[in-house]
Parts: sequence; C-alpha cells; structure tokens
Amino acid sequence: MSVCESWGRYPVVQQQTHPVNWRDEQLNIAGFDSSVLPYGLGRSYGDVCLNDGGRLLCTRRMNRFMSFDSETGLLCCESGVSLAEILEFCVPRGWFLAVTPGTKHVTVGGAIANDVHGKNHHVAGTFGSHVTRFELLRSDGERMVCSPESKPLFFSATIGGMGLTGLITWAEIQLIPIKNPFFSVHTTKFGHLDEFFELSERFEQSHSYTVSWVDCLARGKHLGRGLFMAGNHAGEEAAGRKVPNRSGGIPVPVDFPEFALNGLTVRAFNTLYYNRQFRRESDTTVHYNPFFYPLDALQGWNRIYGKRGFLQYQCVVPHDDAAPIRGILERIARSGQGSFLAVLKVMGKVKSPGQMSFPKPGVTLALDFPIRGESTFQLFRELDDVVRGAGGRLYSAKDACMSAADYQAYYPQWENFSRFIDPAFSSSFWRRVMGTVEGVPS
Amino acid sequence: MSNVLIIGATSAIAQATARLLAERGDRFVLAGRGVERLQAIADDLKVRGARDVAVQDLDLNDFERHAGLIESAWQALSGIDTVLIAHGVLPDQTECQKDFGSAANAIQTNFTSAVSLLTLLANRFEEQKHGTIAVVSSVAGDRGRQSNYVYGSTKAAKSAFLSGLRGRLHKAGVAVITIKPGFVDTPMTAQFKKGLLWAQPEAIARGIVKAIDKKKNVVYLPGFWRCIMMIVKAVPESIFKKLSV
Repeated sequence: MSVCESWGRYPVVQQQTHPVNWRDEQLNIAGFDSSVLPYGLGRSYGDVCLNDGGRLLCTRRMNRFMSFDSETGLLCCESGVSLAEILEFCVPRGWFLAVTPGTKHVTVGGAIANDVHGKNHHVAGTFGSHVTRFELLRSDGERMVCSPESKPLFFSATIGGMGLTGLITWAEIQLIPIKNPFFSVHTTKFGHLDEFFELSERFEQSHSYTVSWVDCLARGKHLGRGLFMAGNHAGEEAAGRKVPNRSGGIPVPVDFPEFALNGLTVRAFNTLYYNRQFRRESDTTVHYNPFFYPLDALQGWNRIYGKRGFLQYQCVVPHDDAAPIRGILERIARSGQGSFLAVLKVMGKVKSPGQMSFPKPGVTLALDFPIRGESTFQLFRELDDVVRGAGGRLYSAKDACMSAADYQAYYPQWENFSRFIDPAFSSSFWRRVMGTVEGVPS
Repeated sequence: MSNVLIIGATSAIAQATARLLAERGDRFVLAGRGVERLQAIADDLKVRGARDVAVQDLDLNDFERHAGLIESAWQALSGIDTVLIAHGVLPDQTECQKDFGSAANAIQTNFTSAVSLLTLLANRFEEQKHGTIAVVSSVAGDRGRQSNYVYGSTKAAKSAFLSGLRGRLHKAGVAVITIKPGFVDTPMTAQFKKGLLWAQPEAIARGIVKAIDKKKNVVYLPGFWRCIMMIVKAVPESIFKKLSV
C-alpha cells in the first residue's frame, strides 16, 4: 500500500487506497464501506486530494494514450497520464499543451478536476477550456461521455469539480502547434507594485505567457518589487538549439529540519533572486522546462519544508484598484512569514467552462508558507478578510484552511454544483467547506 | 524495427517495455488475458509509434492453445525477432503452506506454462537461427526464503531452465535473457509497503530494452540487486535458516 499525501503534506489523514489500473474496471463501490475520491499524482497542496477515513482511487497506472491526430493535434488519453508524459510524446511531434500549470507532474484527471491555469491564462483560459470531452464513471456503474454538447451540465460540473462528480477515466484534449521546444522570454525588473500593473498591461497584448515573481519580504517603497517575465513560443530562429538533457530532476533525499527555513535564509534567497538580473531588462531563449517548471528540477522539493509541511495561499482579487493586492502584500511582508516564490499574475477574461473553477478577472497571488502554528493561521485569517472584502476568492487546489462560510461566499454556486456530486464520492476538503467537519480553529 | 511477441502483455513491466519498443516503430503481437485491456495497450503502442499491433486473448494456463498462439503470431509478424515472456503470479505464501492447490497454481502459471511456451519457441528460433528470447524471472529465485519460497522456487526453476536453454540456443545464434527484477511497484505487489529498494516498472523496462539490445545473459534490475543477491547467497545455510527473511 502506498502512502498518499498532498503536496503540502498537511493535513495528515488516515485513508485507504484502491488502484484503478484499467478504464474498463467497475468501481465496485458496494464493496467499500466508506467514500472514495480519485487521486492522481498528489500535487494539489491542501486536502482537496485527501479523503480522511475514506478511500482513494489511485489512477496513476491508468496512463495509456488512446488516439492522436497529428493533423489536428487532438489527443485522447486515459486520465492517469501525466502532463510530463504528454509533453515527452507531443513536443518532438511539434505540439504543446494549450495550458500548463507550474508543474508537469500532474495527471490529466487532476488537471481537469482542479481546472488548472498557467502563465497564458489571459489569452488561453484554463486547462478545461481545451478539453473537448471525457468519460465520467459514476459509482452506480453509469459511464457518460461529457462534452459541451452531450451532458453539458456534468461537463461543466466536472471541470473544476475536485474529483467529486465521479471518476474521469479518459479525456480528449486539444494541443497547440509549436515550431520547437523553446520560448523567447523578456524579463523586466520592477521596483514596486504599480510598475507591475503597467508591465502587465504593456505585455499582455504582445505575449502569450506572462508571470511575475515578487519579493514577499520587501516593504515600504519596495513593496511588490520583482521580476516580470513575458514569453512567446520561439520562432524558427531557435530551431537548431540544443535540447538540454532530459532528467527527472535532482531528488531532495530527506525532510529538512525546521530551522533550515528561517527569516534569514528566506530573505537571502529573495534578495539574491531579485538581484540575479543586474540589468533592468533582458532577453533570453529558454527550453520549456526551466520556463514553465523551474521547481520540477528539484524532485520532491516539498521536503524542504520539513515534516510539518507547508501551506500555499492563492487568491484572486479584482484589480480595478490596486488596494486589495497591496493590502495583502503589506500584511505578508509585515508578518515576515512568506517563503521563496511568490507569484503574481493578472488573469484574463476568458470564461472557464467549469462552474467551480477558480480563475476570474483580476490579479492572482500565490505563495508558500511554512507552518508555524497559530501565527500562520492568524495571518491567513487576516488575508481572508481582505480577499473577502474585495470580492475575491481562494483556490481550492491550494487550500487547507478556509472556513466553510468563506468558501460558500466565494463559490455561491456550490449548492447547484452539489447536485452533480456522486453520492459515493467525498473528500476531506469538501467535508470541511461544507462545515460537516472541523477545519482549523478560527 | 523488430517483430516482437509479448506474452503476458498486460503486466506492468511488459507494458512499460512495449512502450519503449513502440517508439522505435516495432511490430507487435500481444498475448494475454482480456481483449479490452489488450486493445487498450495496443492503441497506446500505436499512438507511440508501433507499426502494427495484433492481440491474442488467452489464458496462458490453457497449454493446448500455446501452439496456436505461437503459430498465429509467427504468421502475423512473418517471423519473430524478440519474445518477451512476462506473465506470472505472486501467490500468498501462507495460503500455499495450507493448501497445495495454491502452490500448484503458482507453479503452473510461473513455471510449467513458461516451459510449454519456451519448448515451442525454442524449436522455432533454433530453426530460424536468430532472435532473442527474454524471460522475466526474479531475484526471489536466487535463494528460497521462508517468507516467499513457493514463489521463489517457481522462479528458481525458471532461471535454471533458461540457463540450460541459453547453452542450447547459443549454437544457433539465439540469445536467451534471464531478467531478474527486484522489488517492483506494480499491481502484483500493490499490497506491500514500498521502501527505498523499490523500483518503478519504467526503470525495469529500460533495463530490459538495454539487455535485449546488448543480448545479455542474466540481468539484475536495477543493477544493485546483483550485489544484494551475492550477499544473500553467500550467507551459510546454518545462519540463513535462523534469519526471519
């Protein structure tokens, strides 16, 4: 039996596992005495992929390709296929994922269930926007092929549906054509938050991929300083470049002790990272791996946070004025608790097909926090106040803390969504945000 | 490009190996149980670059069908360059101690059926005068351990059979490869707690393809198992019998 945890390694729960290796398998739910939840590669951070006291349906071995049309770029595969496996297959054939999150070690099923987004959200929308259809296996044995035309309500409930509507056995996704595996990236160093918004506006027309790293410890006039990266798929000129050696990344072999990550090391990292680029602007051509997946180079990097695990906070707030995001950054900087990579991005207006999807127009901030007990939870509550007040919301795939009241306010459509939940499916996350179990003390 | 017959094609190790071979444009006959599952693998291999994939749905314990299987595979591919025999079961040791039936089942699946298939294949390959026969055995066959000796002895018998067959077919220019994986994280071992010594089937598959390409004799996968088993085999029986392994 394998141990399944979430990427943040918090909370720690007790659950059983049941492998699903073939798409023709029946779920045999009647033989289980508890609820089930699909589990892929466990890259969601909090408890959305956990099922305390229940069972996980582990789909990783259900990872076969089913068909690929090299003319149109339409790929059909089982839901346990990872994005890394898709890239390995499609990049040499001149195709790329239409949307990818910051790690390629997620399954297609997980990408749909969390309706993940990436650096091109402002032009391409979410992962779900490029899913043409999938099969949903329900606990009563019914199999339905869902698409915008057939079973559209189950289609929109399952995209971003957190694995609760049944088991996705396979999916068909649309890839996009590329000329080579490289990206032309323009990096601009910015000194404060206003500049970030200026850069976003300037580059989002000309560049398909934009993202910023911000120094979450800088305060005062430096508040919100960082590096703004704008990229496009490289043209013919990059074709002859050498592709870096493929490797699974350098493993982090042990859990780091708690003191390894302290105010000093984090401040040093942030300062060094900010100053890694001396000039204000630079242009580079990079392979897709370092561009999209810098952290995948460190296999099991979550162990740096030690046994206690960590939390990620990702919110989106409207940015008609910069006050909410400034307020959030100020509180984080003041607390001194933030960690390595804080990511800031202006999201686009492309509407997701998923009814419970996280992205909406506004600016999104994501960053990690080592768990320091009550002070961390207190900070999260303060941030929640700002997000709520601004009409923003939190991302379920990253969350381990939000209250039931907040969730239901962020996603008022939850009641309609819950009609599509499979009666045999549940998760630790869902029970928490429905208020049926205690979350963290508030 | 080679013509490949995979017996026990639904096993995790066989699937992972077939994927690597498919990327080279090989042609396949996949034999195993469950036509839908074989077809799912066939589709996967075709997407990855296999030139041609046919499936044969059969219970490998049905020995009478072995000759038909080999004949039709030979026809379908017009000659076979590589055979991978990968089917097997991991019986419950305590069950086997209580009931000879369980042990007999394991012997039949892991050893007797392989002997039946290899007898047919060996004669064909001897006549053809080229090709490679790769068979998945196990490190468990290197020494019987009290926790797992029924499984271990089926694999020991297989390894011994292959060693003899290798000598016989060597003269005909046919390679016989004994593959000895250590602990592999597959559906067969789903109930075990996994530790540091465990490998993924993809890693084993890379080793198998390398062994086929280089026509190796006996490979331990991952390679460190050769050292582990050297030590395990060196322990005197008077001590080994007292170890709870």
